[in-house]
Amino acid sequence: MGPSAYLLLSGILFGIGVIGVVSRKNALIVLMSVEIMLNGVNVAFIAVGSHLGDPTGSVFAFMVMTVAAAEAAVGLAILIAIYRLKETIDITELSVLKW
Amino acid sequence: MEPILFILFGAIAVGGAIMVVTRKHPMASALYLILTLFAVAALFVLRQAHFLAAIQVIVYAGAVVVLFIFVIMLINVPENRLPVERATGMRLLGVVAAGLFILEAAVLGRRFAMPAAPPTDSGSVQAVGRALFTDYLLAFEITSVLLLAAVIGAIALAKKKI
Repeated sequence: MGPSAYLLLSGILFGIGVIGVVSRKNALIVLMSVEIMLNGVNVAFIAVGSHLGDPTGSVFAFMVMTVAAAEAAVGLAILIAIYRLKETIDITELSVLKW
Repeated sequence: MEPILFILFGAIAVGGAIMVVTRKHPMASALYLILTLFAVAALFVLRQAHFLAAIQVIVYAGAVVVLFIFVIMLINVPENRLPVERATGMRLLGVVAAGLFILEAAVLGRRFAMPAAPPTDSGSVQAVGRALFTDYLLAFEITSVLLLAAVIGAIALAKKKI
């Protein structure tokens, strides 16, 4: 299998993540969709990295995973703080900063 | 053998991802997210990226999703107070955006014309570890600072009173 099939799969995963981020209201599911998008990117990194025989692809995927873990931790902490304050996880109701 | 496994695990990953974005309750989404992450780890194994496959299972399925499940159980929104999902306009927009990304990936994949390198162990623990601690040492260390900042930020945000 060449990398083109993996790139297509990566695009499909990223696209499904985009659908989740754009169309869902539940903030938890929006965060999970972001994780799916990051995973799609990782598939592309790994496929091209192993195609070229270069460990750089794995290193970059490693960095993406670290950032994803940090993002999940901070995002969920923000979510808990918001839920404590407003008793909702509906992102359309959180519009205090909207100008 | 590899094409069959690729199609199998790719289909599991895509199916799980679709279930994640379509389930109503976030707990079901989190469980399908685990399925997707495991299928992606299997795809990493198919590409000989054994180190990343192990990290994927340990860090993602083992830590990130558990964090999600903790938060879902902690805030425990009752079934009848879950957000009512949006009308079809935003969904259509999402599908169009996703279609654009998939089209882009397909075009990129078709034009991807780099010659394949001879098979190496570029995904092994040894090769990745050597790259991490030589060429990318600074980035690796900065990553640890990022994690520290995230930990402090998460505690500061979630705490009632500092």
